[in-house]
Amino acid sequence: MRRIALYRLLVIVGVTLLLEALCLLKVIDRITMPPPHQILRDLATILMSGKLNAAIAKTMTNALIAVSLAIVVGVLTATLLHGYRSVRETLDPLFATYYAVPIFAFYPLLIVLLGLGDAPQIMIGFMLGVVAVVVNTLNGLDRVPAVLKKTARIQRMGTIETALKVTLPYAAPYVLTGAKLAVAYSLIGIIGAEFIMSRGGMGYEISFAYNNFDNATMYPLILLILLVSIAVNGALSRWEKVLLKRRGLA
Amino acid sequence: MPAVSDVHVSLRQVTKVFSTGADGQGVHAVGPIDVDLRKGEFFAVVGPSGCGKSTLLELIAGLTPASEGEIAFEGRPIGGRIPDGIGVVFQEDACFSWLSVADNIAFGLRKSGLASAEKKQRVRAAIDLMGLMDFAASYPAQLSGGMRQRVCIARTLVMQPRLILLDEPFGALDQQTRLLMGDEVLRLWRQTGATVFLITHALDEAAMLADRIAVMSARPGRIIDTVETRWPRERDSRIIEQAAFGSITSRLWKSLREESLKTIGRTTA
Repeated sequence: MRRIALYRLLVIVGVTLLLEALCLLKVIDRITMPPPHQILRDLATILMSGKLNAAIAKTMTNALIAVSLAIVVGVLTATLLHGYRSVRETLDPLFATYYAVPIFAFYPLLIVLLGLGDAPQIMIGFMLGVVAVVVNTLNGLDRVPAVLKKTARIQRMGTIETALKVTLPYAAPYVLTGAKLAVAYSLIGIIGAEFIMSRGGMGYEISFAYNNFDNATMYPLILLILLVSIAVNGALSRWEKVLLKRRGLA
Repeated sequence: MPAVSDVHVSLRQVTKVFSTGADGQGVHAVGPIDVDLRKGEFFAVVGPSGCGKSTLLELIAGLTPASEGEIAFEGRPIGGRIPDGIGVVFQEDACFSWLSVADNIAFGLRKSGLASAEKKQRVRAAIDLMGLMDFAASYPAQLSGGMRQRVCIARTLVMQPRLILLDEPFGALDQQTRLLMGDEVLRLWRQTGATVFLITHALDEAAMLADRIAVMSARPGRIIDTVETRWPRERDSRIIEQAAFGSITSRLWKSLREESLKTIGRTTA
């Protein structure tokens, strides 16, 4: 496992060095992309100057709200659907085709409904994340062994207590898988929405920098988004691994 | 044999028919069954596979309602509702894999209203009783199948049930572990004074553990024979050396053979 981690690091370092070489040898010209060391330096400058702090804070706060909503609403919806078979079967085709729906197409409608503030962007982030949580939580709940449900009944637990203390804890690793996807999808949703129509946020700043050939802002922001997304995902994966290992599943 | 004669659980004309839905024809799983469990006795049920043994246990536990007839626990009818004072140990692993051994065992006490010191003391006692002292902080995945079953038994015992229902609790264990677990169950039965109702497909297990053994027919499961073992209350797995052990298992098999043949589609041989 340690060896695999080393290989992964080598791949990242290798690709970065290759990019660095291609940039320095002018195979990739500066207007297309600055060399990675320059991007890093620009990122440090941006972070230290604080000029984009408001934009970064806005995007991260909105993403956090969207992901939290997606997880809470997703887990609640899945728990309810799991108890109502006919409702679940009715909605199954929707879940199966949900990600074929271009959610961004609804952005103008969301602006009409929710106004020009952050709400439509959060809504897009939420809509992209929630179904991943629902589907994965349902998958986990489907796997709860019958004997655990019988045990809950013998322990005279009600529906809510059974969900909170038996079925959802059992499904926790699956919920976490859903949460990991929700983080990625919601972030895509928020940044994408900021790209299309917004007056702030990282997506807006990237798009603004792009329109002005401002590589010193665009690339560092892209890198920052990458780093945040990978860090959150890595932390959740680690947690997932701990849960699975404790249960003898990893 | 225990001298107690009060009726702890009574079943009168108990029948279970499962509705299948499609053709409207139900599946007659169990009954009619009439039997009384005496307070403090060790009662076992043997029967061919699919005869409705586990259904019978679920009826007594209140996990499923009877289609007809009446089941009473301590004089009060069970109307498909889980009565207080009943503990069940299932064949399948019912440990909560996300909780430590100690937390699994303490789970049964979460609504007991006991002070936390008393809870801790009861959990510790159950851990000691089941020989899990060195594993209190372990997770079930780190334990063997036999150890996990001990955790489930301890989780049931900690609630101090007056009636313990065992649904083939050693079915997934190897023969040696089964004999030893049998000894432990006998010891617990003596210590707790609870009534024990054991479902098993193993004739030797029933013959070794029980005061009385009911033999069930092929589906629909009815009681076709009841065997009194007349073992002393102080006993352990060494009774399998006794001549009476052989005659009890022979009698059980004699009653059961014809029924078992039915379940594999043959009438007599």
